[in-house]
Amino acid sequence: MRAAAIRNETVMTEPAVDAIVEVRGISKSYGSVEALRDIDLDFPRGKLGPSGSGKTTLLKIIAGLIGADGGTVSVNGKKVSAPGPERAFVFQDFALLPWATVLRNVAFGLELRGTSKEERETTARRYIKDVGLAGFEDKYPHELSGGMRQRVGLARALCVDADVLLLDEPFSAVDEQNRRKFQEDLIRLRTNQNKTFIFVTHSIEEAVYISDRIVLLSPRPGRVSRIIEPQIDRSGDPDRIHRDRHYLDTVEEIWQGLKQYVE
Amino acid sequence: MTLFGYRVPMMASLLVWCVLWEIVGRLDLMFILPPFSDVLAATVDLVQLPSWQSATVTTLRAFLIGMLLAIAAGIPLGMLMGRAKIADDLLGMWVNIFSSAPLSAIVPVLMILFGFGENTIIAAVFLFAIWIIVLDTRAGVRHISPSLIEMARSYGASQPALYGKIIVWAALPEILAGIRLGLIRGVKGVVIGQLLVAIVGYGALFETFSRNFRMPQFWALTIILFAFALVVSALIEWAEAKVEFYAGVR
Repeated sequence: MRAAAIRNETVMTEPAVDAIVEVRGISKSYGSVEALRDIDLDFPRGKLGPSGSGKTTLLKIIAGLIGADGGTVSVNGKKVSAPGPERAFVFQDFALLPWATVLRNVAFGLELRGTSKEERETTARRYIKDVGLAGFEDKYPHELSGGMRQRVGLARALCVDADVLLLDEPFSAVDEQNRRKFQEDLIRLRTNQNKTFIFVTHSIEEAVYISDRIVLLSPRPGRVSRIIEPQIDRSGDPDRIHRDRHYLDTVEEIWQGLKQYVE
Repeated sequence: MTLFGYRVPMMASLLVWCVLWEIVGRLDLMFILPPFSDVLAATVDLVQLPSWQSATVTTLRAFLIGMLLAIAAGIPLGMLMGRAKIADDLLGMWVNIFSSAPLSAIVPVLMILFGFGENTIIAAVFLFAIWIIVLDTRAGVRHISPSLIEMARSYGASQPALYGKIIVWAALPEILAGIRLGLIRGVKGVVIGQLLVAIVGYGALFETFSRNFRMPQFWALTIILFAFALVVSALIEWAEAKVEFYAGVR
């Protein structure tokens, strides 16, 4: 944990040097609809960076789930075109196995990698506890609430120990109370996991609340319209962030910039 | 169901029909309809006959082999059609034609191909049962949530793992429904096959009984077949109920 903190500090000073995910000239069309055009992005190690306008496509290209029409994605300096163990995906609709218990679902990434049952279940139990689901190991997904199901999805992604977590609107199918709790947990997890979280969200407040870097994509074709790095101190009480001066200013600033796309 | 304030058990309606049958039979209106009690007595006699026992073994064996082949071929074929568009385009039309065609008409052709024996019966069972299994498996695979597949891919699932750990399980409710319907069609196949070949198993017995106007035995055999089809489909339904719990939350 101490090592993680030191690492984050170095990142703060030299963000451009230590980019874990680099996106270069990515474009993608669905038929005649141009979804993305010429996207260049760096995601520094150990940071959270959501993109603004629902660009699940970009996230899935980074994940290697869909191919781009042009451009490259590099993770840890290596070009990638298919899913790999250094990236883990958290799905909007959770994508849990309905016939498997929480324990098996969380351990499923490791199961696919051929980790022994004993080892993967030990790891899974640890992360189940980390996301606050201790005691629910033997429950099935249909016995859990939406928020709890997404915690299972998050634990599964943490379990495979990837460097980058890709979250596709993870809170959109979760009710408001759970969403707030979940966001706080994400801030906590970020500080003690030393992972890079990239996530897509529609919510300006959510983006500003948890992110070190916010990338705003303009709609149709999706292009990087702005990159914002809110300077918010998140070390103390998470509730304080909502009243932080920088937080409120950044939310307002982004809203003013996005207004032109509404209607 | 309740009648005059009393709860009537499920099988009560069957009892009513049995009594009705008995009455009509006793009236001696038609020789093809003997009293139900005679049929019951004939059933008891029939199951003790060595000829019935060997016919049952023959029939059951042909049915089981035909069904196993239909399941073993139908599920992979359905999966292929559910996953690969080209396979679906190539085969979809034929599967649909065969699943709704009057297959009894083809059984004589099967006789030419497979001879007057057990192989023809097995082929008939296979041909009757497979198509609905293919169609239901295909529908099940089609209904799998795309994010489950993406999830497996993003965590590096190999092709065998994708099928063995995700697709089979996610499509299981539909696959079981297909097998259940396939079994019922397979019973039809075994009977029709044996009737047309007429020298094997139940077909030979049916032929003997109806030609000699032994109606109680004829009905006894029919009832045994109906009961068998019902029990088999009830067994699969029980298995379906076990996986039902997740069918709704996929």
